[in-house]
Amino acid sequence: MAEHLAIEAQSLNLWYGTFQALFEVDLQVRAGIVTALIGPSGCGKSTFLRSCNRINERLGYVSTTGTIKVLGQDVYGEQVSAIQVRRHVGMVFQRPNPLPLSIRDNVLFGHRLHSGKRVNKADGDALVEEALRQVLLWDRVKDRLDHKATGLSLEEQQKLCIARLLPTKPSVLLMDEPCSALDPEATAAVEDLIWTLRGKYSILIVTHNMAQARRASDECVFMLMGRVVEHSATEEMFVAPKQQETADYIEGRFG
Amino acid sequence: MSRPPVSSTPGVTGPRAAEAKSLDRRDRAWWFDFGARAAVFVGGMSAILFIAAIFVFIGTQGLDFAIHRLSWSEFLFGTHWEPTVEPPRYGALPLIAGTAWITVVAMLVSAPLAFGAAVYVAEFARGKQREWLKIFIELLAAIPSVVWGVIGLHVMKPIIQHVFDVQIGLNVLNAGVILGLMAAPIITTIAEDALKAVPDTYREAAEAMGATRWQVIYRVVLPHARPGLSAAVLLGIGRAFGETIAVLMASGHRLMIPHSVFDSAATITATIAAELGEAAKGSDHYQVLFVLGLLLFLITFVINLTADWIVRGGRRRA
Ligand SMILES: Nc1ncnc2c1ncn2[C@@H]1O[C@H](COP(=O)(O)OP(=O)(O)O)[C@@H](O)[C@H]1O
Ligand SMILES: [Mg+2]
Repeated sequence: MAEHLAIEAQSLNLWYGTFQALFEVDLQVRAGIVTALIGPSGCGKSTFLRSCNRINERLGYVSTTGTIKVLGQDVYGEQVSAIQVRRHVGMVFQRPNPLPLSIRDNVLFGHRLHSGKRVNKADGDALVEEALRQVLLWDRVKDRLDHKATGLSLEEQQKLCIARLLPTKPSVLLMDEPCSALDPEATAAVEDLIWTLRGKYSILIVTHNMAQARRASDECVFMLMGRVVEHSATEEMFVAPKQQETADYIEGRFG
Repeated sequence: MSRPPVSSTPGVTGPRAAEAKSLDRRDRAWWFDFGARAAVFVGGMSAILFIAAIFVFIGTQGLDFAIHRLSWSEFLFGTHWEPTVEPPRYGALPLIAGTAWITVVAMLVSAPLAFGAAVYVAEFARGKQREWLKIFIELLAAIPSVVWGVIGLHVMKPIIQHVFDVQIGLNVLNAGVILGLMAAPIITTIAEDALKAVPDTYREAAEAMGATRWQVIYRVVLPHARPGLSAAVLLGIGRAFGETIAVLMASGHRLMIPHSVFDSAATITATIAAELGEAAKGSDHYQVLFVLGLLLFLITFVINLTADWIVRGGRRRA
């Protein structure tokens, strides 16, 4: 059973200083599918996501109790380094955040960090092409790989931010409202992309957009005020929610 | 809690009502605004005025000599600076070389030190520690240069003599180290600003891909801050270049081209400071010192403009 779980949180509590943002979160995210995380603003979706790759720790005033296992390993375990965790758990942010480097260097950034040695030109080219093809960007940028990534459109930037995770072969992709900075057309394009990645990666995606959650996920998790309220198959949640709060939220009665 | 109602236009009621209702826009706020704007305009323009005035003053003081009697080839390439010997010789090369040597040593000392400090303050230090460090760096910048000169004379000199087993402790190395330490706080402050200007989202993105703090710094932060860092060094060089009293005390002030860091040397600034008091006003010697000043002025000007240009170029590219 354990190897079919991408992420497994057990009684996870999290504090920003003295403010508690997560309460006893138990959550099992299955491997190989797309799981959507929904809930009103401020309910702790980003916080949960950011605990999975320990990027929360940058703040320096975050403390946690409980465990989060990624692929069966406790990410807060003694022998586990955040660096290794982040290699296996890629993250896509709300605002596209390509580095101020060339498109090519962006794609190879993570790979260069982890491969330890210099990447030769041919291998690098192959990796770049493969990653960019996977995010359906190759044909659009293949002639300007050495242009600055910050000059791309937002949609292209966000796709690039997904592409740059792929060369290190992560197993889990965390996406925090990846379409919220995009226009509807770009949103559709990135959603399509997420679907094509389904099966190859376990994807946990936070979204504010009910239609997106419904279209773009297999399972759905509803959070409210730092707790997980309901976790079920997406059709089930949208057709027959088990909890009253879920129903209220889905029908737009709050948040 | 309820507050008493506040009239939004005080003075509208009562005896001054008529006055307040007049449409004259020149009320107190208007006059204050007018006065303040005039004051800051004068302040702002005065910088240009002072620069121009100083340039003209320095230029005219040495003009007659520079045009009619100075041999420029001797001035720029002559190796003998003997203004008081008969016949006088005005070869400024030893001073130019001394200035260059000492400045280079100063940069070799201060750039690593200052960049290290800037990276530490900007990327690692937090909260109180950061605040305190910044205060100390600013304090360091405020130490008067004569104090640094004394340190060169009485601290650095014996250390150099002892460590390197040399006779002369007042030399290029001594002055370079002293100047390096003096320039470090400025470079640190400007470099830190450059590092702070790198958006945090870049750091976050790199860290999320598994970069260590060091990898984030040398793969993302430093490359992106490079224009600002170059400008910091250039402004540091400008600082080192123009420094006078400390170098005069620490360099040994020997009017010859130095051939190693252990040779004593003289700089342009120190020479002006040391000789201007003795040169008779209007004499050739007096005038040639102003030509030296002009040279110094031009070099500093070029350095500063270059720094500015680099920063602008960097901004445009980003
Ligand atoms: N860096 C932070 N410092 C302090 N409190 C935070 C921080 N980030 C988030 N919070 C708080 O934690 C709660 C959950 O936030 P978040 O996870 O960002 O919500 P969501 O992503 O669901 O909108 C909110 O109440 C928010 O104010
Ligand atoms: Mg959020």
